[in-house]
Amino acid sequence: MHEMSLAEGIRSIVQDQARAHGFARVTVLRLEIGRFAGVEKPALEFAFDVVMRGSPAEGARLEMIDLPGKALCYDCGKTVELDHRLAPCPLCGGGKLIAQGGDEMRIKDMEVL
Amino acid sequence: MCTVCGCGDTVLADGTPISHDEAHRLGLAHSHVPAFQPAAPALPFPHVQATGHARGHDHHHYGTGPAGVSVPGMTQERLIEVETGILAKNDSIAAANRRVLRALGVLALNLVSSPGSGKTTLLCRTIEALGDAPLAVIEGDQQTSADADRIRATGARAIQINTGKGCHLDAAMVGHAIDALRPRPGSYLFVENVGNLVCPAGFDLGEAAKVAILSVTEGEDKPLKYPDMFTAARLAILNKTDLAPHCDVDLDLYEANLRRVNPGIDIIRLSARTGEGMAVWLDWLRARAAEAQA
Repeated sequence: MHEMSLAEGIRSIVQDQARAHGFARVTVLRLEIGRFAGVEKPALEFAFDVVMRGSPAEGARLEMIDLPGKALCYDCGKTVELDHRLAPCPLCGGGKLIAQGGDEMRIKDMEVL
Repeated sequence: MCTVCGCGDTVLADGTPISHDEAHRLGLAHSHVPAFQPAAPALPFPHVQATGHARGHDHHHYGTGPAGVSVPGMTQERLIEVETGILAKNDSIAAANRRVLRALGVLALNLVSSPGSGKTTLLCRTIEALGDAPLAVIEGDQQTSADADRIRATGARAIQINTGKGCHLDAAMVGHAIDALRPRPGSYLFVENVGNLVCPAGFDLGEAAKVAILSVTEGEDKPLKYPDMFTAARLAILNKTDLAPHCDVDLDLYEANLRRVNPGIDIIRLSARTGEGMAVWLDWLRARAAEAQA
């Protein structure tokens, strides 16, 4: 996707938080990434290492927590969890599903010094 | 020098200045209790940590925690709950753009597609067909002002944004362009995004809707291969239908695949070259413009 832009977004949030909370260094940064968010994790890890240089999060450990993909099935009307955006409904086998969650990309928390 | 209090090196009992590290290396008795600290602080003191020295040793270590410094009132490690979307900054600028556009009753559409799907040609035909309706165009490309030149040739106002290495427009770029264009109340604002079926899906610009343009030469599998874009779009235009007989394309399969990734998507089959489907597209535009002004 655009992992460099995502890493820049993370850096900007880290800097805002560092000013607001008065910390010097981030040791661990935890992200929540939805299954449908389209984030390529190895690419984000690479971008993170590069983009955080010179910021409080330089050298921080990046942890990514997977959030399930959720979709509403137009055939059975139920909200179901999907592994893949194009997977059929696990309850009724229907193929018309609209994603209802799983596109999250957020910083959950960070451990700071 | 201490980065917290600015105090100098440790001082030995005989008054000889020596650094803490040197004192350790030489095995000398020393103390470096900061001046503001009581000589014998009551334990447990949060910043005093046993570091292998025998208890009772007149020696207090500070700054041995992970931070390397000791600040009164601060613990060494903290957990900060953030719970902020990574693109929160973009999203807040997009929300501001949307408020401005809504206040003006401007219909802003974000046109997304792969390069070469015919966005600019469709836009030129649309501008001609809309006649006197007030409109403005924001063109996004990595390089050149070729597209904005084509739009200006129709008489419409256009701003070109060159993203350089960037693969998408973001809300701040569009916000600045809106400030410069000052769209008229009740007008159309077309934002032609960088040709890319991946990244523009993730960046809200403040538009009323994304319109995905897909030409029949690209292959019926594209909605399945790039589902994010077609899930984010409210309308898909299947463009260049005049070429369909020449490239063994199944237009129904295109539509089935679009609906598979987005059951609610509107679809218009169109040829900007022959004008087929233009009337349906203009009706769709006018209906959205009425919503924007409601």
